This record gives sequence, C-alpha cells and structure tokens, in this order.
Amino acid sequence: MSATGIGAPVRRKEDLRFITGKGQYTDDVVRPGETRAVFVRSPHARARIKSIDVSAAMSMPGVIAVLTGAELANDKIGNLICGWMIHSKDGSPMKMAPHPALATGTVNHVGDAVAVVVAETKGQARDAADQVKVDYEPLPAVADPAKAQEHGAQQIHEVAPNNTIYQWHLGDAKATDAAFASAKHVTRLDIVNNRLVPNAIEPRAALAEYDAGADHLTLWNTSQNPHVARLVIAAFVGMAPEHKLRVIAPDVGGGFGSKIFIYPEEVICLWAARKVGRPVKWTAERSESFLTDAHGRDHVTHAELALDGEGKILALRVKTIANLGAYMSTFSSSIPTYLYGTLLSGQYNIPQIYCEVDAVYTNTVPVDAYRGAGRPEATFVVERLVEVAAREMGIDPPELRKRNFIKSFPHQTPVIMNYDAGDYQASLRKAMELADVKGFGRRKREAARHGKLRGIGYSTYIEACGIAPSQAVGSLGAGVGLWESAEVRVNPTGTVEVLTGSHAHGQGHETTFAQLVSERLGIPFENVSIVHGDTDKVQFGMGTYGSRSGAVGMSAIVKALDKIEAKAKKVAAHMMEAAENDIEFKDGKFTVAGTDKSAAWGDVALNAYIAHKFSGQELEPGLKETSFYDPTNFTFPAGCHICEVEVDADTGNTEIVNWTAVDDFGTVINPMIVEGQVHGGIAQGVGQALLEGAVYDKDGQLVSGSFMDYSMPRAHNLPSFTIGLTETKSPSNPLGIKGCGEAGAIAAPAAVINAITDAIGSEQVLMPATASTVWAALERANVARQAAE
Amino acid sequence: MAMTMTGEVQLAAPRETVWQKLNDPDVLKACIPGCEELNKTSDTEFQAVATTKIGPVKARFKGRVHLTDLDPPNGYKISGEGDGGVAGFAKGGATVALTDKDGGTLLTYNVEARIGGKLAQLGQRLVNGAAKKIADDFFQKFAAETAK
Repeated sequence: MSATGIGAPVRRKEDLRFITGKGQYTDDVVRPGETRAVFVRSPHARARIKSIDVSAAMSMPGVIAVLTGAELANDKIGNLICGWMIHSKDGSPMKMAPHPALATGTVNHVGDAVAVVVAETKGQARDAADQVKVDYEPLPAVADPAKAQEHGAQQIHEVAPNNTIYQWHLGDAKATDAAFASAKHVTRLDIVNNRLVPNAIEPRAALAEYDAGADHLTLWNTSQNPHVARLVIAAFVGMAPEHKLRVIAPDVGGGFGSKIFIYPEEVICLWAARKVGRPVKWTAERSESFLTDAHGRDHVTHAELALDGEGKILALRVKTIANLGAYMSTFSSSIPTYLYGTLLSGQYNIPQIYCEVDAVYTNTVPVDAYRGAGRPEATFVVERLVEVAAREMGIDPPELRKRNFIKSFPHQTPVIMNYDAGDYQASLRKAMELADVKGFGRRKREAARHGKLRGIGYSTYIEACGIAPSQAVGSLGAGVGLWESAEVRVNPTGTVEVLTGSHAHGQGHETTFAQLVSERLGIPFENVSIVHGDTDKVQFGMGTYGSRSGAVGMSAIVKALDKIEAKAKKVAAHMMEAAENDIEFKDGKFTVAGTDKSAAWGDVALNAYIAHKFSGQELEPGLKETSFYDPTNFTFPAGCHICEVEVDADTGNTEIVNWTAVDDFGTVINPMIVEGQVHGGIAQGVGQALLEGAVYDKDGQLVSGSFMDYSMPRAHNLPSFTIGLTETKSPSNPLGIKGCGEAGAIAAPAAVINAITDAIGSEQVLMPATASTVWAALERANVARQAAE
Repeated sequence: MAMTMTGEVQLAAPRETVWQKLNDPDVLKACIPGCEELNKTSDTEFQAVATTKIGPVKARFKGRVHLTDLDPPNGYKISGEGDGGVAGFAKGGATVALTDKDGGTLLTYNVEARIGGKLAQLGQRLVNGAAKKIADDFFQKFAAETAK
C-alpha cells in the first residue's frame, strides 16, 4: 500500500480550504447586479388565500418585484414533482397532488411560500415582505399522521381521499398469517419513529442569473445532485430547455439527504431572475430551514414477530403509517416503501415477511430521505423486535440473533433483496469482544452502587447502499436510472482531472477519489484533481446519496481508468515500437514485456497529445475517457453496534458510557474518512434516540422550530467510540466497496433504546428518550411492579 | 399553539366605575402595552394596532377586537384576532368577571389564545411568560386608571 493509495489514511485535501474559510458556498458567489429574494410564508398550517395585496410592498424602498403564485401560473411554470411511482395494493397509482412553487388557492403547511419579494438588499426585501398583505381564511388542519386517515379528518388534497397517498404492501400476507398461526411465541411492539429536522450546517441557498443575449439561465444552488435538479427543472417544471440551463452546486455544507430534492425556492429564483433581468439570490435563515427543508422519518408502526419455541424466527408482520407532509417531495414515495420494506429481513433468515405501508398527507413540511432514508426505520423495527423477543423468551439477545443470522450467500429475502456477501457472526463476535460484554455484569453492579441503572443494547443492522441497478429500480417505479458517470482527462503533462457525477458535500471525495487514481496510475496523489458539481463541466451524473459514491461513483472512475490504461498502452506501443499486447503497466511505468524498454507515465501522456509517433489513421490523439457504470446489485453494508448506558434512577437522565461499532463496509479506501463517517452517523443516530424530535401541535404549528426547542447532539452527549471493521467484499462492483455514509445513523437508535430499556426494565420508551420520558417509563414500571407485588 | 392564562386583580374602585373604564377605548388604549391605536367602530367593536416583542420576534399586530356576553356591570368576553405579518398571528379571548370585594372590585380573567407562525416557531417557550408580563403591565396601569 502506498502512502496515498487505497487503504491509506490520507488527510483530506479539501479541509485546508474548509477550515481556513476559503470554501466557496452558494452564498459566497456574488454576481454583478445581484438582488436578494425574501419569501412571504404562511403562518397557518392550512388556509384559503382570499387575496394578496402587494401594492404597499411594491412602494417600499429598493423593491424591484413582488411576485405571487398567480403570475407563476400565468407564466406556465410547472409544479414540482415526485419522481418515484408507487402503486397501491389495489393497483392504483399514488395520489400526487399539485405542488406549485408558490401556493395559489390554499396553503398547506406553516412555511408554505405565497409570494416572493425581490429587492436591492436583503434588509429591503425583508421589510417589504412584511408589507405584503395576505388575507387568509384559516381552515382546520391535520398534523398527526396517525389521525390523518380518520373519518371526518380535514381533507387536504382533492386527489387523495382520506389523505391517503398510497396503500402499499410487500410480501405474502397469507403465508405470513399461517406462520403466525403456528408460532409458539409472538412479540408485539408499537413503534413511533420520531420526526427529524435535517439541520445541515449550511442552510439551503440559490442564486439564479439570466443571460438575455444567450437566452440562458445559470443556477448556483445547494444540491447533492445538480444534474437531476437541471433535468427536473427543465423537463418537468419547464423553466428552460435542458441545454439552456446550467446548474452549479459548488461547495455544499452538509446535506444528509435534505439537499437531494428540488425545492420551490430554486425554481422561483430562476423565474424571478428572468423576470427582473438581474441575478436573484436567496439564502435560508435557520428558522426558514426548520419550516422548509424536507424533514425525515415520521413513522407510526405496529410490528409483530413470530418465533418457534427455540427462538427461531418464523415470520414478521409490519403495518406502518408514513407521514409525507403537505406535498410529495422529490423521492418521498420511495423512502417508506422500497428503501424500508425491502430491509425488514435485517441480518436474519426470516421465511415470511408481510409489510403494509400507508403514506399520508398532513399539514406539515414535506418528508423525504434523511441519512439512512427508510433503512433506519426498518432497522429500528427489526432490532427492537428481536431484542424484546429475546428478553420475553429468556434468551440472551446476541444468542437469539446468532440463531437466526443468515449464514450462506447469496441469500434471497422474501422482500426483494438478494444479499450477496456478509459475515454477521464475525461482526457480532468482534463487537462483543471489543465491548467486553463479559465484563458487563461487573460494570452493572458497580453502577448500581452509584445509583445508576446500567443497560446494554445491541443493533445488528443491515442496509442497502450503492443505489442502484437501474433496471431493478426502474421496475420498482423509479423515474431515473441510478448509474454513475466519470470522465478521466489526462493532461499532456500527465496530471489528471477526474470529472465525476458524484457530488461531495462533506464526504471527502477530492481525497478518496484521488487516492484511487494515484494507486491505479501510480502517479502522485497531488497530481490528481476531482471536478464535480457543474453541469457544464461534468457529463450527466446522478449525485450523492444512499452511500453510493464509493460503490457506484468510484466504480465509474475505475471503468474510465481501464479505458485510459488501454489507450495509453496503445500510445506506449507506438513509442517503443512494440506490440500493444506486450506492453505492461505497473507503478506508473509502461514496459515492453521481456525487455528493458520502458516509458514513464508522463512521457506516454505527452506522446498521446503531441502524436508524433503514430498517425491519425492508426490512433486518435488525446487521452480522455468516459464511463457510465451501472451496478449489478445493491451493496449490503452490515455490522453490529453495542451501546451501554447509565440511567440515573432519580431523574431518568441517560448517559451513553460505551459505544462499540464493528462494521463491514467491504473495501475501505481511506480508514480515517470511514471512521469520521461512522462517528458522524452514530452522533446523528444518538441525536434521534435521545434528543431530536420535530413536534407539531394539533393546529399544525411547528413548536420545535428553533435550536431553543430542537436539541441537536453535542460532543458531551457522546462517549469516545470504539470502532472496528470486518471485511467481506461486495461482489457487485469492481472495488468491492459497500458504503459507509449512513451506517451509524441506521444502527444507533435501536442500540440506544435497547440499552435504555434493558437498564430500566420497561419496553415503553419512545424516542427521543429525554430524561422526562425515561423517568416516566421508570415510574410506570415501578407502579406496575408494586401492583404485581 | 394554544395558551391559557388566568388571574385576578383587586381594584379599589367600585364595580360600576371598573365596568365603565373597561368599556372606555381611551382607558384601554392607555393600558394595553404597545397599543398605538384603538378605535371604536361600533358599541362592541374596536380596530386595534399594537406592537409587542416576544423573545426574538417583534410584531406589529393589526386586528379587530369585539365584546360579547355583555353583562353590565358584571363582566364580558373580549375577543380578537391580530395579524402580525411575517411574525405570525394571534387570536383568542378573555372572559372578564367583576365582583364586589373588600369595598372594591375583584376582577378575574380567563384567557385562551392561539398563536401561529414565527411566534409559535420561535417564541413558544417565551409566550406564557411574555403574556403574563403583558397582563401584569395592563392591570397595573388599569388599577391606576380606576383610581383616578
């Protein structure tokens, strides 16, 4: 292994600019004549817009335009769309209601935009926004997904009776019921997967510029996938033809899924820029982010696990209500279906699974993918059920897991997925060693002496990453393919630029992708640049989410590098007057087999361009290759996280005292970056388990709408993690990579709640398990115990 | 979000005087913190403009106030809805009851209100405290007015 090749803990190239304030984020981009946009947003969860009076706002200083949904409709700007078709069990297509970028007629959540003010400065735009008079007739709202389908609930969209978007199912209901009928033991749980606000450190932003001479629009925005944004804005919203729209996503400060989607604000900035003839910039304030970034999770689930007398799982039955909010966001329909139901087999050999999911509209912010996207919800269901089943049956939880682990591969689950590689016993065994599970009893007794209840919780999770084989997702309703592209440009001096369709917003691609090229071409790491995030530079790409950039994005680079090597060998053959088949390439040097003739990488690159050694009929000059790589399967990262907590018996306050994570990510390109991803993922999962919760009151007001009321995880909430790896290579991509970006967030919530419930001896703990929640569960358990005695 | 508040104030003035002051727009205007305008549009309706600050949210509310359940001189229900522009909205009401006590008048009030928008998003933790302070300020001034 070289110091900068695959497997080396290379320091991140990009951090120099990030930590010295030299990053270029969307808000840092300043265009000549730039104006600022401020949105007028609904304070009501649901209301009819009786009238909008913009006259006072228009007369305010510095105001250039005040635009409403009526003008948007006049200009025939199309609605935002959801790009994944889900069919209900009766065969009917999902009920997608219109989602205009500015509301007309009715507003459907607090924060729904009704008008935009464009002014010379942000202050002037804000002052004028205050003068836009919107006359609302408030209407009753539905905020609770569990009540959205009730008879008599307010109907939000005409197209969706009972506020139901779809009633989807997966698996064999009859066979599952039969398995339950034969079960010796059934474990039942009611689960709420709490709603989360993404809170990327950089708020969303958009800057649009119209070039009237070329009739061309440019959008700088905070996107995880600029090409998809361009495609949707061109083909569905109809803003401009695709070749007349350039989308640039420069440095982006975190996404976690929330920057995948196409949002109203970027559409409006483009539209307004063309209308006013000047660049228009919008940057969200944090309170706007709370009200407009797509939220995550928000499931209400009843789940049942059937087992035989020896703790062998026979079947799993799940019924989930998934809240998709007021409108269907870009990929929202796929999250509680094909990214959730398909992972319900966990790491276990479960003969029968039946899953029903009802997706509902509510008068809340749209809900879509958030770190893990469906897989944390699935893992939480499976890992809570397995843990509780073990406790109920008096079997040690890791032992019950071992009895049910899938042990041979490939393994076809009853819910579509075909697991191709893994070793679940290995990660459990290693995690139990690293966590010193044997010493837990002693630690528990020691904690008890200090008035603390100590508990241990396991989460043996699986996820599907490397999304995804295009044909497979197409058959499941996806509107796009999920391959990735790469272009490798070798310059005449031998330095290399890689243009990738993956997008980096914290992942460190500029480092890991360069490590791959350095290793493969045997050239210095510093001689490689990674270019991404600009539709004018990079050929079409699908972007970064679902831990796909290693498994799919880097595989595309590998394929392009294969072609580069083949072409370079041709050039070297001409240079050294040898047969192409006799050329060997190793460590940056081309040699003629069995001779001492060789040519350095740089000489071959130069010769490819000066083209003095071959004729144009024999070989095209230049050294640049492209590839579109489509994976053959999902990848299946898996592992075991073990959490130990101490609960203060008097206050219910929970402290996480130990955390052990052993993950199988397949090939690791940069262990330091992987470790960072695991740390961040666990922190986000702990945030969900202990602290974070988006709360709507019954009127649909978001009452956890700022950091005063929405608690993010901080360093003091976390212990120092013990981290280990096991490795089985993914057979579905050339590098054997599985992906690591979401694992921590997927594994962590179940580990935390399993630990707390172990500590307090009650299963009735909802997330976030705040001190008051845990204290109340402790009190209920005490009361129940006393009543029993 | 919903907010409720109850309280009572002992006033030195007789019940008739208190009742009369409770129906005097000039008195109310002088007592309501931040009140810029209070214009009587009928015997039971007012147009009001008031500025208030709750935590990080400063709002200038414009709204209508109306009186119902008039029972002179024992009490009424005062209700209103205010639009604070980008700060959000507030609507609700208070039942006010007057009884003779200790040679003066005991005023009891029972407020139920709902707020929305930025006020609910950012200020909810502060709303109850701020509302209590507004009520305290109001009755301190109102007690002084009834003593005139």
